[in-house]
Amino acid sequence: MARLEDDMIPPEARSRKPEDGVARPPSLVARYLGIYGALWKTSVTREMSFKGNFILWIVVELLWFAMQLCFIGVLYLHTNSIGTWTQWQVVLLVGASSFIQQTYQAFFLVNCTNLSELVRTGKMDFLLMLPMNTRFLVSLRQVDLGAFVNAAFAAVVMFYAAGRLHLHPTAAQFFGFLALCLVGILIHYSLMFMLAAISFWTVRAQGIVWGYYNLFNIARMPDEAFRGVFKAVFTFVLPVLLVSNVPTRVLADKLQSPILWLVLLGMGVVCALISEWFWRVSVRRYTSAST
Amino acid sequence: MKKYWHVVGIGIQNNLTYRVNYLTRTLFSFIPLFAMLSLWRTIYAGQGGAISGYTMAQMISYYLLVAVVDVLTAVNEDDWQIAADIREGNISQFLLKPVDYLWFRLGLFFSGRIAFMAVALVPLTVFIACFGHYFVLPVNGTACLAFLVSLVLTALLQFFISYAMAMLAFWVLEVSTFIFILFAFEYIASGHMFPLDVLPPMLKHALFFTPFPYQMYFPVSIYMGKIAGADLWQGLFIQAGWVLLAYAFARFMWNRGVRHYGAFGG
Repeated sequence: MARLEDDMIPPEARSRKPEDGVARPPSLVARYLGIYGALWKTSVTREMSFKGNFILWIVVELLWFAMQLCFIGVLYLHTNSIGTWTQWQVVLLVGASSFIQQTYQAFFLVNCTNLSELVRTGKMDFLLMLPMNTRFLVSLRQVDLGAFVNAAFAAVVMFYAAGRLHLHPTAAQFFGFLALCLVGILIHYSLMFMLAAISFWTVRAQGIVWGYYNLFNIARMPDEAFRGVFKAVFTFVLPVLLVSNVPTRVLADKLQSPILWLVLLGMGVVCALISEWFWRVSVRRYTSAST
Repeated sequence: MKKYWHVVGIGIQNNLTYRVNYLTRTLFSFIPLFAMLSLWRTIYAGQGGAISGYTMAQMISYYLLVAVVDVLTAVNEDDWQIAADIREGNISQFLLKPVDYLWFRLGLFFSGRIAFMAVALVPLTVFIACFGHYFVLPVNGTACLAFLVSLVLTALLQFFISYAMAMLAFWVLEVSTFIFILFAFEYIASGHMFPLDVLPPMLKHALFFTPFPYQMYFPVSIYMGKIAGADLWQGLFIQAGWVLLAYAFARFMWNRGVRHYGAFGG
């Protein structure tokens, strides 16, 4: 974490005279919030300059979401349950999975995929020199506004599925669900950021997005479909099977024991720590491409 | 004709430089494939008996065959590259030289498939070997031969459709959204996601009026002997028809596009 020094304050912040006349640097949180606000502003401007494209991307994502729901519909023409999961429970799961993925996408995905480009072109130089935490800047530079729209659609589907299941979640269940969704987003971000940081090693890392989509493909599948090594790997090494299954279980009264959400929480912390470590090791390997 | 074989040769060399990329692609694609197989196994375990005429072994071999056909025929990055060529003005040289851009790209497409196949062969064989007892050989010689013919037609159909789609780059800046929208339809309607037999019969029947089933479901079904006899020949005939139609459409789009073309940066 870059420590805040007087000479690290951006010029506009320095020139702004506080009312009480004492030159006092803004707090760390306020400073980063200010920077993030500015990043939002440029993202909105950028997105709005290609309105047609903005809407088309929303359509693309919606189409793929609808397709997954169709798949569930087709499966349940032939069976009443997958393990103990009923049709509307799986719809709730697919909804939760999409909600988590889209929210993550809104904040992080573009930035993670851009990382390899920054390394390849040597633009990382510029970002490394800025007086702020580089990971913060690299991770949050752009906001994908369309993904919020798609997250909202996923939420609507979840509400509908919850209605069909006659669920009446308690406040604890509801907020527990939201908190676990946050952990899910953290896991998405940590894993993807690690995948993206591989580009410090190989430079050409176009397959990253491809790998990511394949990996998180299984997050929307009911966990009971898996057994053995596969389940162990995708629970304790790459915990994608926990990401949306556990929150959905909390919401749908399917949680047999609290161990599951503790495991999710623990894996979230572990992933975040490993990803930070990997990022630091990777940046150390950075040799500028332009010079 | 000779010059296009040359393109294939160079293309293979170029593509093989991305072998690590291809290898990771193949390995990563096993994750959702394996997940899908597990999902169906769980459904069969709770169900007992066949689903829409598929036993569990047949269902698994269906997905394994889809993976094989996909490696052999899917358009990988060709549409993106074609769109980039148009956007960046690289096609100008093809308007001047006696090289036809469509045949040139087709040569590159085949070389890409050959290179991908060479890299994917080992991991795919290992994966299939793990499910060895579910993997069936073609039911008879006719099916085997018809499968190979259908496979070539599938590859051509995939390519011409993608080529026509990429031609949109003459008019719009970003074609990836259109490509993804088409891909979504292809993915579900071609039988990539599930065999079309599990759909309600009406829906399946309706889909056969589109080219989509001929992009995946048709060759796999021939292999598995689900389509045989008169249906087989009729199907091959229709598939060839779609290929010709897609070819004509690709040509049409190119001709319209070139008229609209401003040779930016060319």
